[in-house]
Amino acid sequence: MSDLSSSVLKGDVRSIARLITLVENDSSDAIESMKKIHKHTGRAHVIGVTGVMGSGKSSLIFELAYSYRKQGKKVGVIAIDPTSPFTGGALLGDRVRMMDLSADDGVFIRSMGTHGMLGGLTSAVYDVVEILDAAGMDIILVETVGVGQAEVDIVKIADTTLVVLVPGLGDFIQTIKAGLMEIADIFVVNKADRSGVEQIVAEIESMLDISCKTDRRIPVVKTSAKESKGILDLLDEIENHMIYLRKSKVFETKRRKRYEAELTEIIRKRLMGFIFDESKLKKKVEFLIDQISRKELDPYTAADEILGKILK
Amino acid sequence: MFEKEKIKKIKEKRVSWEKNCYLKAIKENPERKQKYKNLSEIEIKNLFTPEDIAHLDYPKDIGFPGEYPFLRGVHSTMYRGKLWTMRQFAGFGSAEETNQRYRYLLEHGETGLSVAFDYPTLYGYDTDHPLARGEFGKCGVAISSLKDMEILFSGIPVDKITTSMTINGPAAIVWAMYIANAENRGIKKDMIGGTIQNDILKEYIAQKSFIFPPEPSMRLIVDTFEYGFKQVPRWNTISISGYHIREAGSTAVQELAFTLGDGLEYVKAAMKRGLEIDKFASRLSFFFNAHNDFFEEIAKYRAARRIWARELKKLGAKKSRSLLMRFHTQTAGCSLTAQQPEINIVRVTMQALAAVLGGTQSLHTNSMDEALALPSEKAVRIALRTQQIIAEESGVTDTVDPLGGSYYVEWLTDKMEEETYKYFDKVERLGGVIPAIEKGFFQREIAESAYRFQKEIDENERTFVGVNRYQLDEDISIPLLKMDEKGEQRQINRLNNLRRKRNQSKVDTNLQKLRKAAEGDRNLMPLILDCIHSYATLGETCDVLREVFGEYKEPAIY
Amino acid sequence: MERKIRVLIAKPGLDGHDRGAKIVARALRDAGMEVVYTGLHQTAEQVVKTAIQEDVDVIGLSLLSGAHMTLFVDVANLLKEKKMDDVLFIGGGIIPEEDVPVLKKAGIAGVFGPGTPVEDIVTFVKKNVKR
Repeated sequence: MSDLSSSVLKGDVRSIARLITLVENDSSDAIESMKKIHKHTGRAHVIGVTGVMGSGKSSLIFELAYSYRKQGKKVGVIAIDPTSPFTGGALLGDRVRMMDLSADDGVFIRSMGTHGMLGGLTSAVYDVVEILDAAGMDIILVETVGVGQAEVDIVKIADTTLVVLVPGLGDFIQTIKAGLMEIADIFVVNKADRSGVEQIVAEIESMLDISCKTDRRIPVVKTSAKESKGILDLLDEIENHMIYLRKSKVFETKRRKRYEAELTEIIRKRLMGFIFDESKLKKKVEFLIDQISRKELDPYTAADEILGKILK
Repeated sequence: MFEKEKIKKIKEKRVSWEKNCYLKAIKENPERKQKYKNLSEIEIKNLFTPEDIAHLDYPKDIGFPGEYPFLRGVHSTMYRGKLWTMRQFAGFGSAEETNQRYRYLLEHGETGLSVAFDYPTLYGYDTDHPLARGEFGKCGVAISSLKDMEILFSGIPVDKITTSMTINGPAAIVWAMYIANAENRGIKKDMIGGTIQNDILKEYIAQKSFIFPPEPSMRLIVDTFEYGFKQVPRWNTISISGYHIREAGSTAVQELAFTLGDGLEYVKAAMKRGLEIDKFASRLSFFFNAHNDFFEEIAKYRAARRIWARELKKLGAKKSRSLLMRFHTQTAGCSLTAQQPEINIVRVTMQALAAVLGGTQSLHTNSMDEALALPSEKAVRIALRTQQIIAEESGVTDTVDPLGGSYYVEWLTDKMEEETYKYFDKVERLGGVIPAIEKGFFQREIAESAYRFQKEIDENERTFVGVNRYQLDEDISIPLLKMDEKGEQRQINRLNNLRRKRNQSKVDTNLQKLRKAAEGDRNLMPLILDCIHSYATLGETCDVLREVFGEYKEPAIY
Repeated sequence: MERKIRVLIAKPGLDGHDRGAKIVARALRDAGMEVVYTGLHQTAEQVVKTAIQEDVDVIGLSLLSGAHMTLFVDVANLLKEKKMDDVLFIGGGIIPEEDVPVLKKAGIAGVFGPGTPVEDIVTFVKKNVKR
């Protein structure tokens, strides 16, 4: 398999797409390329977009991408949809909202499934961010599913995390998983032309009054695609956030956390692969599981045995 | 409906019949299916008796035709007085070809015209627009300007015959072309009759030929209502449709519920503008599908009439004409097979019969070759003859609502009404029709039903004759319609000619006036008419509205 | 991890009848594939650009309006131009038998008309995918 790194670095679309496929499939062919591109990454501003279902995330991302393009920036979009844990398949439909950008060579959109992770982002997402970064994207928008762990994990990968809500949720805010409300760097109240806007903004603000932990007041931005309002404000706030990150040195800490998470994912995947997939250990593991089932062995002792074999 | 004592006796007899007769029989010969469910998943039991309709009060719940609640029919004489209009949907290629087809159909006995437009026209694009590439005349006639409309109806007495036009996004503009053509021929607006489909809500839900977003689309529609009852009083300014919802895969109950829901939304929108319900309601018409389950379809049409009458009364309509629901029916396109196409004639016959027994005002029967192409002359003639045989030879037109009083049909009518109100509640809780559309509620329901139906066929739970049972390995050899290949170029030449010869500054002025008015809230019909009279094209007029109103992008729901 | 088949399902041109396209998309998903659904009104350029970015193994187009000889062929030609011969191209909708040989010659590997059991499409894809 030829090394794709140099053509990716030149921004060749086919190579970018192909390398993404390889990392998604855990292909060992990808590793050489991934190793080579790492030192060319770090330039792109990674913006995570998460929120409840029906909040119009895809349309919002389209508006952001469109505006960034007007600024002459190159934009990458990663749209993640759930993979069925039963069939392993996925229906990836977020692109529908972004079709007007599909003729624009300055935008690269890739749809990914969650690959049945019990939640959380797969290591592939980290890889895809690196690939798009190395390929010259200035902005990378990552849209995640509105349910599960992935929505919280987005903070590990994003420099700026947007949490998107819509009016009419009412008391729903109290019940929204605590995690979602805590990860926001910016709150976006989308579809702000609907009734109930002021109510939800007030609820968010009062929650922030109580629990804001950082020295930066988290902004709440109202957007409405219908009335074409708010996108410029949102762009400003994103820009402000980046300035804040760099000034306060939180930027380095965040990036460091991302690489830690990425390294953890790569190691975890390799380790699990080694234990559960490689034929040498696999038979042993199967045998141990049978013993556990027959109550001849407990899971902890079994783990000791397996780990003992690796750590030797 | 029946004396309590008599019902008690019947119940006792039924119980003993079940024990002694029925259960014995199925022990020896079990029924062919575990459960019998119709296409809306309603379970149908083995036998219906007076018990099942005992709770009904004849005068109140069933009533008499031509009177509230109109269950048995909108007119007191129905087909004894006047047969339904035989109105075959037709159109292909250029206006010349379609004009010929219309004359053929009229010669062979159809009694009303129905125009099918091609995709570019449906989306408000002229034939020479880049997005029109490859689509000219393929699924309907291309109409880019008043000139084309003139040719389409040349030699046809539009003051004597009514025309239905299946057009939605640009309906107001195409209607203006029809009106302008009549006016140019000396026929006044109050002498022409017909229908424009003009039902944008179902476009968002099912057919997808929308242009502008919901709000401005509704504004345009109410503009046509207003202009209609004031200036073109014999015209039905909307045909609230369930046909397409059904074709997209919904069940009969969904078709009924979603269509009536859309209808009520239009009524409310018009009332919001201050239009008096008794002024515009009589010009609202409906369009339903005639699908396979014979009795379900009949029950559906009857339930539709009763529900609509009741709901409009609730909204304050007082005149009888406002409460009675008139509808056109088309037999189900999605039930046709490409395999063994001749058998489609049989399907269409049964479906048409259901529509007639359901009291339709107007009917289109599909041609046998329509799963393969647009209908050939022979195929469409057979489709027309199907209606004529039902009308003249079957005797079903001898009396009004022949199935009224059938224990099964009355029970099923009630049941469908019940299920419909459940959907009304669901939509209410979502905030109404337009919020439900934005949340993808209807689209999801339809996609689910469509998927379930397909699975049933693929898993052989449901038989589709010729497709998953009684198949035939044969080469399909029926003559298919061929269109004039020079048609597209001829059309483009005509457009270029038109743009050269017309008074361009007049066109520009009129388009400018339209733009200004669209930004405000004046009724746009008169301004659109002016544009059309000066030979602005469909695309040019729609572009102005596209600029002001924006274009609609749909969410992805499977 | 086993490589998943990636499929693009799109409707070119103006035809808005998406009942079949949606059903096929779901069926392929249920068969374990990743389906990128781009919906209505796609131009040939959009289809091919999307196919490249998403690095799909299969392109499936649906058309019921009769414009397949132009629109399907446009996509096939564009694929040839971009040398994307490792992509399986299939189509469905209302396509008369007599047009099928021309489409096949242009590069469309399978044409699935009305009445096709969905399983047949799934099987065809699994059997004929090139990578």
